[in-house]
Amino acid sequence: MNTLTLWFHKFGSPPTFHRVTGLLIPWLFAAALLIGLVGLYGGLVLAPADYQQSDAYRIIFIHVPCAWMGLFAYIFMAVNAFIALVWRIKISEILAMASAPVGAWFTAITLATGAIWGKPMWGTWWTWDARLTSELVLLFLFLGVIGLYNAIEDRRQAARAAAFLGLVGIVNVPIVHFSVSWWNTLHQGTTVRLLGPSRIDSSMLWPLLLLALATHIWFFASVFARSRVSLLELEGGKEWARAIALGTEHGHE
Amino acid sequence: MEPCPAMIASDPPPPIPLLQAEGLAFARNDEPVFGPLDFTLNPGDVVLVEGDNGSGKTTLLKVLSGLLQPNSGRIRLNGEDLTLARLSHQVALLGHLGGLKLDLTALENLRFAIGVFGLRSGAAPLPALASVGLEGYEDVPVRSLSAGQKKRVALARLLLVPAALWLLDEPYANLDKSGIDLVNRLLDAHARRGGAALVTSHGAYAFTSGTPRRLPLRPTP
Amino acid sequence: MRYGTTASACAAVIRRDLLLTWRRRGDALNPALFAIMVVVMFPLALGPEPNQLANVSVGIVFVAVLLAGLLALDNLFRGDHEDGTLEQVVLSPHPLSLLLGSKILVHWLSTALPLIVISPALAEMLHLPRSVMPVLIVALILATLLLSLLGAVCVALTIGMRRSGMLLALLVLPLYVPVLIFAAGACNAAQMGLPFLAPLLWLGAALALALVLAPLACAAALRISIT
Repeated sequence: MNTLTLWFHKFGSPPTFHRVTGLLIPWLFAAALLIGLVGLYGGLVLAPADYQQSDAYRIIFIHVPCAWMGLFAYIFMAVNAFIALVWRIKISEILAMASAPVGAWFTAITLATGAIWGKPMWGTWWTWDARLTSELVLLFLFLGVIGLYNAIEDRRQAARAAAFLGLVGIVNVPIVHFSVSWWNTLHQGTTVRLLGPSRIDSSMLWPLLLLALATHIWFFASVFARSRVSLLELEGGKEWARAIALGTEHGHE
Repeated sequence: MEPCPAMIASDPPPPIPLLQAEGLAFARNDEPVFGPLDFTLNPGDVVLVEGDNGSGKTTLLKVLSGLLQPNSGRIRLNGEDLTLARLSHQVALLGHLGGLKLDLTALENLRFAIGVFGLRSGAAPLPALASVGLEGYEDVPVRSLSAGQKKRVALARLLLVPAALWLLDEPYANLDKSGIDLVNRLLDAHARRGGAALVTSHGAYAFTSGTPRRLPLRPTP
Repeated sequence: MRYGTTASACAAVIRRDLLLTWRRRGDALNPALFAIMVVVMFPLALGPEPNQLANVSVGIVFVAVLLAGLLALDNLFRGDHEDGTLEQVVLSPHPLSLLLGSKILVHWLSTALPLIVISPALAEMLHLPRSVMPVLIVALILATLLLSLLGAVCVALTIGMRRSGMLLALLVLPLYVPVLIFAAGACNAAQMGLPFLAPLLWLGAALALALVLAPLACAAALRISIT
């Protein structure tokens, strides 16, 4: 077994996962908060107003990182779902299911801020273009995964059924995007590209990237926190979980 | 026939057991349901799975049929691993849901089973129905049969499909005295043909020939 | 021993499901009746102005067919699950995906085909121009096949639940979005005198893909959710 699989098995064992994430979570939340505040200061105070959209554009500092996170959460969920279905790793089931509500919230925030931004820019709260519609479908997919997970009684069976749905959904997202853009498009083009020159001024770019970093860290902190709870629920009968519940954790180590 | 002790060097190699379970355990929501279990079924064996309600008898049969995946251990049928992806012609399951379509007649139900599972050599639907005492009920919709008669249709299905291993979940339920005798007769005949069966029951129903082997299931502590 | 071929096993499934449909042939008309009722509601709500109805007729027909299909979807495996015959099908040594594919085919024949048959009447009630009718029929055939195949995967996931109606809609409708867009898009294009072949070809390509993948996915989903 190479180092990576060894590490994976070690980190994937429930007690280790519980202990390590317990140590990590406060730091992750603190880092996310700090980086997020710096990013917000840079975006809302330091960055200059846009010559066309004046101050209204500043909502992108929330909107764009959340939109990235919605997709990232879905991909993270799908990767874990795949691992859970193929190798039946319990931690992956839990991580996949924990990322669904977090991803759903990021997607919901994206839709809400998008609507708020759309009102002054396009004069309407909602428009049926490719990205908005795919985002909405993404939200439905998240809600479907959450709904299915909650509707099945056996927790592990529920996780695997919902994971399967998540995998079906990830095929769906690009197809929806393609079909809706075939159908209608009036959204403004993508402005940040990783390859090639960006069409955004660096004074606006760095706060955006900082905020993206902050939301990523926040995502992991939140997913880990949720996973810890479901792990304890799932492993309630096991020795290590009882030790934690009874507060005798250190007596066993 | 008891499983032969495998370690006697001078004997010819023991026949491959029909079913072999090693360290078989199943858990639901990480609560152990049964196991770990080790047992072997040779051709001709009829084993009575005993246990109280909730001791995992039905679950054991579902695991052995391949419907549920065990949490640990392995199942071998004729020496080959049983996996969900590769089910075998060797297993027939009689669940507590009869597996019959109420809107179809007894004969139509049996024809469907033959189509999906195959047909045992020398068997045919009409004689099978006759041998479970349902002569004259061939074209009656299963809906209008009594609970015991439905059970008999399900038993007729076992006679038709080519499976060597029968997994019977509470086959005696809903049956009258003659029905219980019928189940015992069918099990006897199946064992003499070289088949094997695992039967769950919470009541004591003697088989006609001798005492069957027993496999006690107790909730794991 | 005669184990039978996979083809004969599929034929057995098809024969049985057709027989069952025939025994309960009254039920087969329900989706079509439902679609008619939905379509009737629209002129009552929108007003009887023919031009206005003609403009939205394609959308209404497709949404009505989609909703009727959604309602019928729940029965795809439910009956078989409740009487234990699904268990028997899963235990069959033949490839589960092909057996389920046969079930999906019969389900399409018994629920979607009546819808397609009445669709000219629906279109007529909404004053859809006659010239669009052939495109509508072709688009409906492609779309309903896709809906049955995609829907089957979701139904397989919800099989263990007592009531799955609302949840099933939540699972299925996001998958239906592209199908609806292309199918209705083709008809709308035809209605406006624009080329309509491209979306139909896309639907055909998607159908070819779904015919291969959906039964496999359906079998995998069923194995997860059957206990």
